[in-house]
Amino acid sequence: MTRPLTLLESRKKDLGLDLSEEDLRRLYTTMVRTRKMDDKLVLLQRQGRIGFYLACTGQEATHVGAAFALEQDDWVFAHYRDQGIPLLKGIEMERMVHQCFGNVRDNTKGRQMPVHYSFKEINFVSISSPLAVQIIQAAGTAYAMKVKGRKDVVLTSFGDGSSSEGDFHSGMNFAAVRKAPCIFLLENNQYAISVPLDHQTASDGFAVKAEGYGMPGVQVDGNDVLAMYQAVKEAVDRARRGEGPTLIEAVSFRMAAHSTSDDPSRYVPEEEYAEWKAKDPILRFEKYLLKQGVIDEDFIQSTAKAAEGEVDAAVKAAEAEQWHPEADTLFDDVYAELPPHLLEQRERMRRDVEENGMPGGHH
Amino acid sequence: MTMIQAITHTLAQAMERDPDVLVFGEDVGPNGGVFRATDGLHAQFGEDRVFDTPLNENLIVGAAIGMAAYGMRPVPEIQFMDYIWPAYDQLVNEAAKMRYRSGGEYTCPMTVRTPYGGGIRGGHYHSQSGETPFAHTPGLVVVAPSTAHDAKGLLHASIENDDPVVFMEPKALYRAAKGDVSEGYYKEELGKAAVRQEGTDVTIVSYGSTMPMSLKAAAAAGEQDVGVEVIDLRTIYPWDKETVLKSVKKTGRLVVVNEAPLTAGFASEISATVAEEAIEYMEAPIKRVTGYDTPFPYTLEGLYMPNPNKVMQAIEEVINF
Repeated sequence: MTRPLTLLESRKKDLGLDLSEEDLRRLYTTMVRTRKMDDKLVLLQRQGRIGFYLACTGQEATHVGAAFALEQDDWVFAHYRDQGIPLLKGIEMERMVHQCFGNVRDNTKGRQMPVHYSFKEINFVSISSPLAVQIIQAAGTAYAMKVKGRKDVVLTSFGDGSSSEGDFHSGMNFAAVRKAPCIFLLENNQYAISVPLDHQTASDGFAVKAEGYGMPGVQVDGNDVLAMYQAVKEAVDRARRGEGPTLIEAVSFRMAAHSTSDDPSRYVPEEEYAEWKAKDPILRFEKYLLKQGVIDEDFIQSTAKAAEGEVDAAVKAAEAEQWHPEADTLFDDVYAELPPHLLEQRERMRRDVEENGMPGGHH
Repeated sequence: MTMIQAITHTLAQAMERDPDVLVFGEDVGPNGGVFRATDGLHAQFGEDRVFDTPLNENLIVGAAIGMAAYGMRPVPEIQFMDYIWPAYDQLVNEAAKMRYRSGGEYTCPMTVRTPYGGGIRGGHYHSQSGETPFAHTPGLVVVAPSTAHDAKGLLHASIENDDPVVFMEPKALYRAAKGDVSEGYYKEELGKAAVRQEGTDVTIVSYGSTMPMSLKAAAAAGEQDVGVEVIDLRTIYPWDKETVLKSVKKTGRLVVVNEAPLTAGFASEISATVAEEAIEYMEAPIKRVTGYDTPFPYTLEGLYMPNPNKVMQAIEEVINF
C-alpha cells in the first residue's frame, strides 16, 4: 500500500498551504472543542443525564480538516461521527447539546437520538442512523447543483463499514457518471463497531475502489488535519471546475467506543490502541503549531479551559430547559400540513395528556 | 387522450412550468420509457433534465431525495413497481422522514412514478400492487389514478406537493382508460376521493386498476335495481375517510376492491375503519374483493385477480345478507 498523504511531520517549513496563522489556530481550537464536548457528553451518558452518545475521539482532524476546505454555500451530508463540522461552521455548542438532550430547544424537536444533527443554516443535512444512505442523497444534491449551474460542491462522509453497503456503490457510480461535484470522504477508523477491516473488504485500502468508478481516489493520513485540508481542497477545486467527484480515504482510528452502548476493550487489542493514541491528531497538531510558533503553552491551556467552560455552560443551559418538546409537536412535520387523520389523532393525544399527563421523564 | 398520453402531456407541462422539475429513471431518456410515458421529453428538455440513470432503483430514489432536499422537484420513474423494493429503505426511512427528523428544516418534494398491477400477463415480477407498505408509512402520500383526467390532475398535484408521493400508475389502464383531458393546466386535490356513481344500497370503495371492474359490476347491479355508490379513492394514503363514512352511513353496505393480497391489504384498513366508526349503520358484513394471499401468478392471472363477477358476487352477498 502507498503511504497515505502526511504533512505534519514534514521537514519542509512551508507546506504550501493557503492557511493563515489564524486559520491554523481555528482548526486547533475546533478540534479541542470537539474533544471536550465528546468527553463531557460521554460522561453525561454514564451519569444517566442523556440517553446515548457517539464520540468521534481520535477522528477530529479528519472531518474538521476536510470541512475547512468548504465554502458557505457547499452542502454536507455527514454521518454521526462528524460533530466538529457544525462547530467549525459556527453552530453554537449549546444548540448541539440541546439536541443531545432532545429538549424543548432541540431544533429537531426531540425527533432523533443524540448526535443526529440537522443545521439548515450551514447546509448540514439531517443525519441518518442507517449507514451509507446519505451517500446517494449527496450525489443527488451534487447533481442538482450542476443542473442549476452553480459552483457549489457537496461533501459526504461515512465510515469504512459503509463502503460495504449498496448505497456506497450507488452514490459513487451516479456521481461519477454524471460528473457531479461531490467529495466522498471515507473515514477509515479501522472498525465498524467491532468488525475489523479485513472482514469488510479484501481490497488494499479503500481509495483504490475509486478506480472502478472512474474517479480519483486519494489516501490521506486522517490524523493530520493539514493533510486532510489539502487533499479535500484539491478535490473541492476539481469538483468546482466541473471535473467530477473524488473519493478520499482518511486513515484514522476511533479512540472511543462506537457508542455509549459499546465496549471496545472486547475487540481492540491494547497495543493497537496504544499505537494510535501516540498518533492522537490533536497532540500531533499541537506539536506542529508549537514548533512553528503559531501557539504557545498558554494558548493550549486557555483553549482547553475555554472549551471545558463552553461545554459546561451548554450542559447547564440544556438541563435548565423543559426536558421535552411540546406534546403537539409529535404531529408536526409529518407532512407540510396536518391531514384529517392526524388532526383526529392529535385530539386523541391531547385528551391522553390531559387525563394522564406526559409519560416518561428524564432519561 | 389515453392515460399514458395524459401522463406524458402532464410531465411536459410540469417541466415547462417549473425548471426545477427533473425526470429520470431506466430507459426514460431518448427511448421515452418502456411504456412510452416520457416519450419526447428528452428531445424537448435535454439531457440535464431528462436522463437515463444507471440501472439501480435504490440510486434513482436516493438521488431524488438529495435533489429534492436541495429544492428541485424530481419525478423519478421506477420501471415496474415490482422493482421498487431495493429503494424501500430510501423511500420509507429517508424520504418519508426527511421533514420530520430534521424538525422541518429539510423536505422531500418528489414524485416517484411507477406502473403497477396485473392484467398484462407479466407474472409476479411485472404485476404486483405494492401500495400496502407505503400506505403504512407516515410521511408518504400514495396516489393511484383510474382515469386519464385524474392522471393529469393528480400528477400535477403530486409534483407540486411538498412531500414525497408514490404515484402508482395502473398499467392495465395506460391505454384502456381513455377520456377527455383538457389541454390547460389543472390539478386534482390530493386526499380527496371522487364519487363516480351515486347509489343508496351498496358502497363500493376502490382505486386505480380495479375501478373499471367496480363500475362494471355497479352497472350490472343497477340493472337489477340495486343502487351502487362507487367511490374512487384516488389518494390511497392519507385516504378520504369522510367521503367513505358518509356513503356507508347512507347505504349500510360496503364492498372494498383492490388487487393486492387480502391479508393486511388496504381494503382491510378501510374495512376496519368502517367497522370502528360506522358499525351501527351497517346492514351486512363488509366484503373485501382482492387478490388471493398467494404470489401473483403468470398463467392463472385471471383466476387470481378481482374481476366484475367477483365484485358482483360480493354485492349480491351484502344485499342478500
